[in-house]
Formats: sequence, C-alpha cells, structure tokens
Amino acid sequence: MDFGFTVNAPRAIYLDKIDPALRDKLIARERTTLLCIGCGSCTATCTAGQFTGFSLRRVQHLVRRGEYDAARRAITDCMLCGKCRMVCPRGVNTRAVLHALLQIL
Amino acid sequence: MSYRYSNWQEYSKEIADDHYYYARSCIRQNFFPGSEKAFLDILREDLGMDIVEDPRHTTCTGIGYHSDVVPLETTMAIVARQFALMTECGYENYVASCITSFGIYSEVLDMWHHFPELEEKARENLFKATGREFRKPKILVHTSDLMFHVRERIAEKGVRRLVNASTGEPLRVVDHIGCHYAKVFPKKGIGGAEFPYVLAGMVEAWGGASVDYPERRHCCGFGFRNYLVQANRGYSVANSQKKLESMAPYNPDFIVANCPGCAMFLDRWQFTLNAMTGSRYAIPVLTYEEMAGLVMGIDPWELGLQMHQVPVEPLLDKLGVEYDPAAKYLGKNGKFIGQPLSVEAYNPAAL
Amino acid sequence: MAQERILVIGGGVAGMQAAAALREAGFAPLILERSAGMGGHVAQWDRLFPTQTQAQAVMAELSSAAQGIESVTGCEITSLTSDASGVTALSADGRRFEARATVVATGFDLFDARLKEEYGYGMYENVITSAELERMFREGRVTMRSGEAPRRVAILHCVGSRDEKVGQNHCSKVCCITGIKQAIELTEAVPGVEVTNFYMDLRAFGNGYEELYRRSQVEHGVTYIRGRISEAGETQDKRIQLKVEDTLVGRPLRMTVDMLVLLVGMQAPGCCAAFGLPRQDNGFFAPRDPYTGTVLSPVRGVYLAGTATGPKTIAESLNEATAVAARIKQDLAK
Repeated sequence: MDFGFTVNAPRAIYLDKIDPALRDKLIARERTTLLCIGCGSCTATCTAGQFTGFSLRRVQHLVRRGEYDAARRAITDCMLCGKCRMVCPRGVNTRAVLHALLQIL
Repeated sequence: MSYRYSNWQEYSKEIADDHYYYARSCIRQNFFPGSEKAFLDILREDLGMDIVEDPRHTTCTGIGYHSDVVPLETTMAIVARQFALMTECGYENYVASCITSFGIYSEVLDMWHHFPELEEKARENLFKATGREFRKPKILVHTSDLMFHVRERIAEKGVRRLVNASTGEPLRVVDHIGCHYAKVFPKKGIGGAEFPYVLAGMVEAWGGASVDYPERRHCCGFGFRNYLVQANRGYSVANSQKKLESMAPYNPDFIVANCPGCAMFLDRWQFTLNAMTGSRYAIPVLTYEEMAGLVMGIDPWELGLQMHQVPVEPLLDKLGVEYDPAAKYLGKNGKFIGQPLSVEAYNPAAL
Repeated sequence: MAQERILVIGGGVAGMQAAAALREAGFAPLILERSAGMGGHVAQWDRLFPTQTQAQAVMAELSSAAQGIESVTGCEITSLTSDASGVTALSADGRRFEARATVVATGFDLFDARLKEEYGYGMYENVITSAELERMFREGRVTMRSGEAPRRVAILHCVGSRDEKVGQNHCSKVCCITGIKQAIELTEAVPGVEVTNFYMDLRAFGNGYEELYRRSQVEHGVTYIRGRISEAGETQDKRIQLKVEDTLVGRPLRMTVDMLVLLVGMQAPGCCAAFGLPRQDNGFFAPRDPYTGTVLSPVRGVYLAGTATGPKTIAESLNEATAVAARIKQDLAK
C-alpha cells in the first residue's frame, strides 16, 4: 500500500549480519592492516586524497566493518604511489593492503 | 515475577495523595477518548479523590513548541496561564494527562528556577494579556504517576487481574514510557529514564509480567516534525519498526504506553508496516487508563477500545472480558460511529 | 630510645611497602587495614600489565618485606587529627591509635558500575566488570553465566572515568592498558573468541604499554573501535545488544555480544572526605605540591602514598611508598 512515504533504512552498521569472509581474507593476506589506529597520516599525504574522496584509513575501517561495496568503489582512486607506506607510524604495509584489496574485493 | 530493576526507588518523587488540578491532553481525546474519562471516573468515583477539571485550560503548546512553530516565550506565557487557572481554582497540585505537557511544565519550571528573570517576564506577559496571576504548583505529576501512586487501591477494587483467564499465567506486557516523561529530567520519572517503573509498577500490581527487551528505551518515532510532515514519516515508522522487531520475539500480550503520541503510533504504525512491508504485527496497544479500566471491569467499548487499529478482541478474550461484538462501533448513545471500510483489511492477521 | 610509632592507614601495596620502608628506616610502623586481609586490590588480581606477571608474585615479595610488621585488620579509620605532638586516628569501632606521624595509603574504590544504568550492570547477567573478569582469569574459567564459553566479547573503556554524568571527570589511567591486557588474555583463555575494545582515546602511556597494544592487534586480532557504547540491552538469549558510533567510520554501529566487560575506574573512597584533609577536584587527597611534595599532605604529621592521591600504577605507588618513608625520616630528624 502506498502511503506517500517509505520506511527509512537504518544507517547503522549491523555487525551481527556482516559477511566476514573478505575481511578475513584481507587479514590473512596482509596482517599489518590490523595495526591501523586511524591516525590519518596516509590520507593526509595521499596524492589521490588531495583531489578525490580517497582515504586508505577509511577504506581499511570499512573493510573491517564489512562495508565492501563502499571500499570497492573507493580503491579505484588510488594511484599506488606508495607515499602512505612511508608515513605510517604503525608499519601498516599500505601498498600491500591495497594490492590485496584490488584482488579480493 | 518481580521487576528486575530493584533499585527503582532511587528515583521516586513526591506525589500528593489528593486534590489535583487536571489538565487534559490535546490529542488523546481524539485518539483514545475513553482514557481520560476512565482516569477521572476511577480516581473520583471508585477511589473518592478530588480532581478538578477546568474547561478554560488550553494546550500547553507542546506540539507547536516541538515542531518549531511556537516560540519559547509564548509557551511560557501559556504555561503561566494554566498555572493561573489552577491557582484560581484553589489548587496547588497539578496533574497533566500528557507526557509532553509534563515535560513542558517541568522544563519551564526548571528554566524559571535557574533564570528567575524569565519567570518575571512570563508573569508580566500573562498579566498584560489576561490580568491573571499565578502560584507555581507545589506538586507537578503526570497522570501515570498518580495512577501508579494508587495502583494498590485499584488492585484491591479491581474485578480482574492481568492474567490469562484460561491458563492463570500472567500476561506479558511491554511498556513504552515516551521520551518526554523521564529523558528530560530522569529524576522526575519513577524509576528514572533507563529502567522506568511507572508502568511496570502498575502491570505488576495488577498481576501482569513486565517484559524488558533491548529497544525498550528507544523512541516510538513520533518525533513531532518527523511525523507532521508526510515526507518525513519514513523516519517515524522506521523507529516503531525497530521497537516492534525487538519486542516481537517476546510474544507480548499487549503494549502499554505512557504517552499520547506513543500509544497512537505504536498502534497505527503496526497496520502501516503490515501494509507496506508484509509484516504481520498484531500487538494490541493500551493506554494505562485503559489497562486500569479493564482491571476495574469497565466495558471495553465504554473505554473506547474500538478506536485502536490493532484489534483488541484477542486480548479481551485472554483476559476473559465479556463484550458484545455487535456493539463495537456503536457510540455512547447507541448510534453507529462508523467503522473501517473493510474490517478485513484492518485485520493484520489477514494481510 | 624506643622506636617511634608511625601509623600506616591502608594495607594495600602502597601501605605494605611504606611500612616495610619505615621499618627499614628505624621506625615502628603499624598498619591499619579496613578489610580482613592485606594486599588491597592487587591481591584480587590475576596478572599485571604490561608483562603479565602474576599479581601473586608481587604480593609475595611485598609480604616478605612486610613480614612481622604489626597490623590491625578489620579496622576502618574514620577520623584523623594532628597536633604538635603527633597524630591520632580513630576507628569506626572506637579504637584509638596515636603516633608521631601517619602515612595515608587508603587507595581507591572501584567505581560502582550500577551508576551507569544504561549498561545494565547488576541486571544483565553477562555484563561484568574488569575486576570480575580478573577473578574469572584467576579461577581459570571464563564463561557466560550459563557456563558456556563466550564467542564474542566487548570491552568498554572509561566506565566511571572521564564522565561528567557520574561526577568522575578524571582519567583512571590504568584502565586502557588493563583493557588491552584483558583482551589478550581473553583470546588466550577462550580460543577463537572475538574481542572488541570500545574506547574514547586509547592512552597507552607507560613503558611497554604501546608495545602490548600493538601485540594485541597484530598477534591476537583484537579489534579497537573508537566510540563509547551508549546503551546496552539484554536480548532474549541473555546476550547483550550494543549501540555505539564507530567514530572513525562515521556511522552508528549495532552488534550483539555474549559478554560485556566494563573497565571500571578508580574512585575516591569515602575516607577522602572523612579525614578533613584538602582534596583535589577528583575527590582524592591533595598533595602539598604536585611536583615536589607528592607524598606530603598540607597537614603536619600526615603523609600520603599511592592511589590515595589519585590513579596510579603499582610501580608508581610503590615508589611513593618508598619515598614517603625517606621523607618521614628526614622530617622527624629535624
């Protein structure tokens, strides 16, 4: 029945319902992704991030929360220059994370 | 089964035993017209209390205030007028039949407490406009507070308890408190805001079992501006859906609501969700006065239960309440009051 | 000359160490302990951050250092006064203790998690405190109330810390690293368990703490989500439904866990108000000077050590306990 409005979908990420398979695949491929503490150095230094919405910090978090579609759309903006790896204080192998994501997602 | 939150007494407040000035709710009289009458009848006639009703009082402005169309200063002047009417009637205890009104009065009194110049301004505005003066109420309560206060007396006088008449099992009751009751001032709500006891206390006193569930504290979704604008109603209905989804696994026998808006939306949105999404919600929703009325043996159609969209008959059958199905849509004078175009379409079980 | 009597109020690690150091310095310390036994909170703990040493090992060393020192247990001091000749302490049951000086090593109380009503502690059977988890570790059995092993556990930081709503604006300092330690220990105790820590800021400030944090992530797969849980609700199967914002993703998050562990903070105990000594805003006793006089109270003859003046680690407390003895010796020699 049409009431002139629809039921709004919840905005919350529901962790009980996510499929962990791709997340776990990334962790198995590049375990240093676990070390990200969200400092944002990678995004700040990112060439692509200056001109697009690309943020590797965000991508890593999205994958951890099962938001694969958003992550998949984002990673195509990366130009693989590798600057992010130079600045990461936690030693995340950022290029390897991206390579893995390009294959997995 | 005793209520799990044994510390509810940490949040209790002074409730006067008698002599109240009664302020009605704007919307309940249309939504659930039997509720306020049942409240007055039970307290005045069955319990012999002194509660004065005054046709001169108006809205508290709550709906306009929360929809951003009434400025605060106007709200204060109108609240001042309500208090002036109470003062003129010779009363100092104020009981409001709506939690948004209760929230508005509590908020205004608190603002006046912290900013006395606002109270001065309200007094001045009221006097200029109407020549009235007022004393602030000594006791301000919500109608459910007062009913909670006399719950044991109602239990004594009641003709039935909230139990399944055929099995003797207590009925499983979900309560919904409404945001403006205790989320504005947790200390002013019986049991506080997280584990409110005001309705659960009535349910227990009358033999039912109160059911806690994860989204118990979530808003019903009314949200004033979220409902009043049609395009925003998706927000409203989604909130009710969240609550209904969360309570459904507990198989509640009914929902009892504290707030005029919540009783309305938890009821109407069940039909709406069923029609929009194919769900099959059919949980009867009562106001606390209707719940008390059934305990006291008031005829369900006298109580106005035919005004609920979710059919209440399954609940009446569980309680062993006798009723005349043919009288459902007859008004007080026996005149036909109209009914859903197709009763079948309004029966969630058939959707 | 008879040895001078010094009272040590509190028989936790700071009190034990202070008493041992005072005896070493030639005094006759007397420990007055509120509970039935010595060791305070540490005696209840399983393993300690950041090295995961058994708390009992620290207790054994302290007990041996304090061996033979006079003590009165079950003795709650409710009043403390000082004059030119010394100090007088009165206990709740009317006993009177006089001495040249006293060390106030009264420690802290664990925050009462019931005050954070929205987490349902005390009502929801699978919401526990960090102290209760520690007891499970000690007993070697980490389970839900039903006896089953949890598959998913959430650890919530800052319960009763950095929270104006419960009058606790201060940081309790040790909870972040305790949360990290307990997350690791959960993965060791319950194979395959998924542990998620919810934090506002992660303050891994001490020697070896950051390293433990890294290890918890990369070796134990602990997930850290920046966001404070706003509400917990019990589901029909007695699990706990959480509402939180993942602030780094910028979206609300919902999840159900088998167990919610509340990292309860340090709260000033009642004696902080009863002794009539100056206090800090956080309720703990105020030292005479926060840099150069941390073990001195502004009152003559009254000294302070350990968490009586605010949240501290064990090592910091023990250092103060040693320092306080040296300072008393120096002052009384004058």
